[in-house]
Amino acid sequence: MRDHPLIQLTLSQLRGFYREPEAVFWVFGFPILLAFALGIAFRSRGAEALQVGVVAGAGDSAVVAMLGGSRHLAVQRLAPDEGQRRLASGRVALLVVPGDPVTLRYDSTRTESRLAVLEVADALQRAAGRRDPVAVQEQRVTERGSRYIDFLIPGLLGMNLMGSGMWGVGFAVVSARTKKLLKRFLATPMRRSHYLFSFMLSRLLFLVIEVATLVGFGWLVFDVGVRGSIATLVLLSVLGSLAFSGIGLLVASRAKTVEAVSGLMNLVMLPMWVLSGTFFSYARFPDAIQPVVRALPLTALKLTVAGDQSRKLAGVTAIRPRSGCRSKRVTMRSAAGNGSGRR
Amino acid sequence: MSAAEVRGTDAVAIRCRGLVKRYGDVTAVAGLDLTIARGECFGLLGPNGAGKTTTVEILEGLTAADAGDVEVLGARWGRGTDRALRERLGIQLQETQLADKLTVAETVQLFRSFYRDSHSVDEVLDTVQLQEKRGAWVGKLSGGQKQRLAVACALVSRPDLLFLDEPTTGLDPQSRRQLWDVIVRFRTGGGTVLLTTHYMEEAERLCDRVAIVDHGRVIALGSPRELVASLGAAHVVEVATADATALAPLEGALAALPGVRGVRLAAGRASLTVAEVHRAVPALLALLAERGAELSDLATHHATLEDVFVALTGRHLRDA
Repeated sequence: MRDHPLIQLTLSQLRGFYREPEAVFWVFGFPILLAFALGIAFRSRGAEALQVGVVAGAGDSAVVAMLGGSRHLAVQRLAPDEGQRRLASGRVALLVVPGDPVTLRYDSTRTESRLAVLEVADALQRAAGRRDPVAVQEQRVTERGSRYIDFLIPGLLGMNLMGSGMWGVGFAVVSARTKKLLKRFLATPMRRSHYLFSFMLSRLLFLVIEVATLVGFGWLVFDVGVRGSIATLVLLSVLGSLAFSGIGLLVASRAKTVEAVSGLMNLVMLPMWVLSGTFFSYARFPDAIQPVVRALPLTALKLTVAGDQSRKLAGVTAIRPRSGCRSKRVTMRSAAGNGSGRR
Repeated sequence: MSAAEVRGTDAVAIRCRGLVKRYGDVTAVAGLDLTIARGECFGLLGPNGAGKTTTVEILEGLTAADAGDVEVLGARWGRGTDRALRERLGIQLQETQLADKLTVAETVQLFRSFYRDSHSVDEVLDTVQLQEKRGAWVGKLSGGQKQRLAVACALVSRPDLLFLDEPTTGLDPQSRRQLWDVIVRFRTGGGTVLLTTHYMEEAERLCDRVAIVDHGRVIALGSPRELVASLGAAHVVEVATADATALAPLEGALAALPGVRGVRLAAGRASLTVAEVHRAVPALLALLAERGAELSDLATHHATLEDVFVALTGRHLRDA
């Protein structure tokens, strides 16, 4: 059994990899460092009070008092030129100029400024005695899976599967070719299918470790759990890994040197790093290139993995997807042939 | 097929006829014929670029010939019997770099797994004397150890026919002798060897027969002894004069000296093929003294395959 050529070839692939400390770092260590750094940088700070300035002048105390009742506002009195500077630099979301009428000065392109307008106007009207004709009750929920790190982990997982699949296979094939090792193998009765399958087998074995490390890290450090079924995640990882190994093999099939294959690999992978929504939603790209973005293999992988992560959560709390990006995710999942999770 | 023909096939390890291989405008192999008997150690001798490696790779079924017929151990490539044929071959390629991060034993075990019938790892490591390095990474081996490992990977299949393409190029004399021992032992067990080399000493030492190859053709064929004997004399005297132009006018006189069979002039030196050194040298010195040419160098050696190559092509093997 141990002497089967497929086992021996797979063992030699595995040994070649884990005896190369640099490769181990780039495949296992780097994505974790990246997830850690980005997770820390973009951690959720909770709902913060909006910074609002009141321009010093006649009637400013009354305005400050009226706004002071709102939990959502942090109010400070500012000299006119200081207030203007802070508004320009974004340190206050909105500037209130007391008078009749009260003037709200803000930049309408900034989301938090528009929020501040609503809050300030509401606070002023209530303080002046407005009665609301309809009784409204607030019910607060915290949706899990909405943080940046929740967005990031599935993307990093996809990126990692792409990187290790393509480099792992492509590099090994080209380096065996330049070292004339491929030719030496052809001079034996070795079956070519065994050679190819050994790559798939070794990829699958590493896959277990890769996925487990990253998902485990996300779970332990950032509490990013697998909300969907583990089986689906495993299936997706295997499919993704095999797909990218295949692309790696294709890229490597004609390259004569390691330099050439490095260039080709980057050519294939760079668009996916940027466009496929690992670090930010691909919905930010113009509509014109959306068909291209959606056709990228990494986009499909990331969306299916992310979709699976959030599906069960959505089912439990019965919250409909609110953002455009989110509903696209659902659409894409069905487009990628995993439509069972439609809500 | 007559009985004689069957026996003929049986006794022949490799037969090729009219082998041609072109790479673009360059003709690497230009109509090459070879017949190598079972149990023979056959050497392809020639300078770099003579077409030795291309010829061997065609015989190994790794390169397709543009024309010609190849028969290896009674089989032809591409007839559906390739895998069965490969089971019987041991191949060491020029410039194969085995995986650096595998150990010696792991490498042999990998190659061993490709064959139905094979030596154990220990047997083959004993044969090439790498037993003490079995746990070492290939990347840490010396050049000679790497070559012995490459030969071990070729021997592990218990081959009937062993191809060695410049197995000792770039090795120090001791590593070279260790590899020679391995080859001699394989032959003792009845194996056939096809060896390429540009070392004369190696060919003379190991090979029953040698084909001298130049520009993709066999220009001489025979046992090393026969080839050297074809020079007509067993010794070579090389002579140079202080005035580099002094020798050229003397060519006729040199050829007429007693015991001299041949004269070749190149770069202000004369190379004489000589049957009897004790008669030729005094006569040579007398001739030079008489013509007033001052001697700057005089050397004699036993004629080698190198001299055969020089006599055939006018070039030396190393710089050809």
